[in-house]
Amino acid sequence: MGKKKEKKKINEKVDVEAVEIEDDTWWWLTHKGIGATFLCISVFALLVRVAVSLHPYSGAGSPPKFGDYEAQRHWMEITLNLPVLEWYRNSTSNDLSYWGLDYPPLTAYQSYFHGLFLRFFDPDSVSLFTSRGYETYVGKLLMRWTVLSSDTLIFFPAIFYFAFVYHSSCHSSRKNDCAWHIAMLLLNPCLILIDHGHFQYNCISLGLTVAAIAAILSQRELLASCLFTLALSHKQMSVYYAPAFFSHLLGKCLRRKNPIHGVAKLGLTVLGTFTVVWWPYLHSTDALLGVLSRLAPFERGIYEDYVANFWCTSSVIIKWKRLFSVHSLKFISLTATVLTCLPSMVQQVMAPSSRGFLYGLLNSSFAFYLFSFQVHEKSILLPLLPASLLALEERRPFKWLMFYGLFSMFPLLCRDKLVLPYFALHALFMLLYLAPCGHGARPRNARPNNTKFDYFDSFKTFMNGFIYLSSLILHIVYLTMHPPEKFPYLFEAIIMLICFYQFAVFAFYTNVKQWSLLDHSTTDEEKKLI
Amino acid sequence: MESSSSTPQLLWFFAIAACVKLLLIPAYYSTDFEVHRHWLALTHSLPLSNWYADETSPWTLDYPPFFACFERFLSIFAHYIDPQIVDLHNGLNYRANSAIYFLRISVILSDLWLLYGVYRLTKNADVKRRYLIWVLIVWSPALVIVDHLHFQYNGFLLGWLLLSISFLQEGKDLMGGFLFAVLLCFKHLFAVAAPVYFVYLLRHYCWKGLVRGFSRLSVLGAVVVAVFAAAYGPFLYHGQIQQVFNRMFPFGRGLCHAYWAPNFWVFYIILDKVFSFFLKKFGFSIQIPAASFTGGLVGDSSPFAVLPKISPSTTLIMVLLALSPCFIKAWTNPQPRMVARWIAYAYTCGFLFGWHVHEKASLHFVIPLAIVAVQSLEDAKHYFMLSIVSCYSLFPLLYEAQEYPIKVLLLLLHSILMWLGFSTKFTRASAPNTTVTAKKKGAQSKSIESSSPAAEKGGFTIGWVGKSYLLGLLLVEIWGQFLHPYLLGDKFPFVPLMLISTYCAFGIMYSWIWQLRCIISTA
Repeated sequence: MGKKKEKKKINEKVDVEAVEIEDDTWWWLTHKGIGATFLCISVFALLVRVAVSLHPYSGAGSPPKFGDYEAQRHWMEITLNLPVLEWYRNSTSNDLSYWGLDYPPLTAYQSYFHGLFLRFFDPDSVSLFTSRGYETYVGKLLMRWTVLSSDTLIFFPAIFYFAFVYHSSCHSSRKNDCAWHIAMLLLNPCLILIDHGHFQYNCISLGLTVAAIAAILSQRELLASCLFTLALSHKQMSVYYAPAFFSHLLGKCLRRKNPIHGVAKLGLTVLGTFTVVWWPYLHSTDALLGVLSRLAPFERGIYEDYVANFWCTSSVIIKWKRLFSVHSLKFISLTATVLTCLPSMVQQVMAPSSRGFLYGLLNSSFAFYLFSFQVHEKSILLPLLPASLLALEERRPFKWLMFYGLFSMFPLLCRDKLVLPYFALHALFMLLYLAPCGHGARPRNARPNNTKFDYFDSFKTFMNGFIYLSSLILHIVYLTMHPPEKFPYLFEAIIMLICFYQFAVFAFYTNVKQWSLLDHSTTDEEKKLI
Repeated sequence: MESSSSTPQLLWFFAIAACVKLLLIPAYYSTDFEVHRHWLALTHSLPLSNWYADETSPWTLDYPPFFACFERFLSIFAHYIDPQIVDLHNGLNYRANSAIYFLRISVILSDLWLLYGVYRLTKNADVKRRYLIWVLIVWSPALVIVDHLHFQYNGFLLGWLLLSISFLQEGKDLMGGFLFAVLLCFKHLFAVAAPVYFVYLLRHYCWKGLVRGFSRLSVLGAVVVAVFAAAYGPFLYHGQIQQVFNRMFPFGRGLCHAYWAPNFWVFYIILDKVFSFFLKKFGFSIQIPAASFTGGLVGDSSPFAVLPKISPSTTLIMVLLALSPCFIKAWTNPQPRMVARWIAYAYTCGFLFGWHVHEKASLHFVIPLAIVAVQSLEDAKHYFMLSIVSCYSLFPLLYEAQEYPIKVLLLLLHSILMWLGFSTKFTRASAPNTTVTAKKKGAQSKSIESSSPAAEKGGFTIGWVGKSYLLGLLLVEIWGQFLHPYLLGDKFPFVPLMLISTYCAFGIMYSWIWQLRCIISTA
């Protein structure tokens, strides 16, 4: 039955397609509908992930502390062998100074289940105490497979849900664009490198977030708030998106007949989900505060390493850490973050729309990345996600952001010995972006023929090209040359400066873009009314 | 016009594959890696006269001279990267990253020659056909498994074969023959198709009257002799020619490789086992030979209990017999468009009936068949089955757990791409005339309506036999990977491999019969 229906649909669409076929390289990939296209691309994406997982992980063979891989394995060991209330508590059997659990309970549960999987095949890898620094062929393989399975079970379906909702809502999009968009979403090099190379489980929290976004786009707000709460309970970094979710849902509720009823329903859903996830720790305030204090490691300072955000970049001139106490820095950074979030929030409260929501996600996550307390290089994944969701609308900026996002993580990935996958995935992304007859290959035709010579425009392209070129050269310099002894972190600092400049410009651009939606959306609605 | 614009797109296909291959660099490699590394060292540090005499490592040079020269060429660069790679003694079993990266990347770059072959073959094909061929060859999972994981240079060698075919298809027989002769001096295993080349070139190129024919024959002969002289002349000069042939044709290897290639002899062995089993039951005294097939290496004594011993000459006669219909066709009706089929058929015969066949040899016919796979619906259906079976038969090459998802995903991706590509091609292409004529917008809807029932009739579907066969493939895999170790433990460790080769042998036999039928039936 389903097939017949599909065939009918195909026959109807043939008219439109027949015109396009002539220049259509990917007709064979897309003609079976979004499901088959998605299946094909996702198998390829999975293959790429497996291939990346062959490479070293962070802290491979570097005792005594190892890296994120050991942290995740240690959490499996702890959650598997200790009772739930002991997970976040310092004790003789749980030394919190050695990779103590510092993510919310959903991560702990996930570690528990993955620990069960590991124990089934290789009990030594998760035994209490004795398994510290456990690095074997089988152990690595099993750990890698836990990430792969989480990716396949959560991130991929979420992307499918999003692609389905997004591309069925806008009828004008070509099938090619849909395939291109799916490829951009599933083959995000930063995410693959961090999850399957460096070793983390960002795919879970980001997948839950994408599912929540798709639920909002399909008008299922309760499901969305439930999913986003789960994302928050998996990684507290998901809070980067919270302002956008909050403002969009609030804006929508305010436009209903009974706003309080709507807000209450959403609030109850969020609270209910939180209660279920946090249930073991809700019996005493001590336990709850214990967990919460683990989640906010303020003692680690306002920034770490060389992250391309405002605090770290400006610390070249202003020594924040020396000038202010941790407490006042907390306050300053919170104020700065809220202030930068505010414009996009206000826009969403005033005129909630699907497009505006996606821009809002981008803006609020950028605000957090640039101004919040304790940001890590890896946090660039968070702004990159909404940027990739918007890839069809913001083609060139998206490429731009991906390039500098990757670049900002280059020193980190070099330390992890992931240089080869870095370049391979970078090239793969650019190739897919520029796929023949794809979306990326077309912008030149789309641009109107402007015979006038625009000085500002040419200056801008010159500047961009110059920075692009110098960052390419920096890659080589970083790999081949030693920095002068006086400034051992000179190259990292330059990379940070370039990336911060790009991110700041990008964030400004998307904020302006979101606000300019305000004019369009009202005119659109007016048109509809007429 | 079109060909010039297609080059960047072909390069795009290649680059995508190259990125994945780059990512696969740290994966498992077989002893062939050390073989090729040793050959680099050997050709770099020894004079030409000692190439085939050296015994520093058990991996002596056993490819023809051109391949040795190719290794010599690569060793120049290897020397710059890391001199230890090409050190004859200190380099033994050298596995530093520099060596792995250099050799792996050399394979990826040598694939450019395959790409050139594909480019030449498809430059005049229409756009849709072209893309499908590219997907089938440039993204071939079998090539990734054999060349980029297991480690060999098959892509480079197949490039020569495809180039040769492309010249033959254009009617440039002399060039085609020349390239094939060069290929033979790279790897002599390709010689299975030599009789077909001989018959075809004799009939199509030389059979043009007495004087012209004789002059052409002498030109062709001179070209071939020149190629072989260039390859073997230096060794003849150094008095090494006997040694070269001893190395290239080692005796004492058995009928089957340690892991049986899925060919005809699998059935022969199994029949022998069954006979001996029953005869024993009925009270006959049967001597079970000590060197059993499941043990791996086979010595001089007959490994068969009941059935007659097979000698290399028997296999040669069987191959030639199987090829004879192809000879007759090539002689009576030499058509350039059939060349690819004939050559692929020759390699299929060699694979099925040959002596000491390696499972990797299935590449020799799967890759050339990709060219004809897009020609008709029947071809596509056949290729779909054959390609999956031959790729699956390569699975035992990668036996470690780390590569398991890679090989499964490669095959899965290939199957999906083939299914998508073929099913689109053969629902759309069933009415090519209508779409061409219906360029006017008004006529379009009508023509599509009229073509849709035809499309449904001629669509790309696999019959229930094919479906159940593929399902069986899945069951064989599940048995071998999960059920067998779970139920039987370490008992009968050879059974999963035997199952794979037996089951795949059915598929290859089917492909052989199909190809034979196709060759006989074409007018």
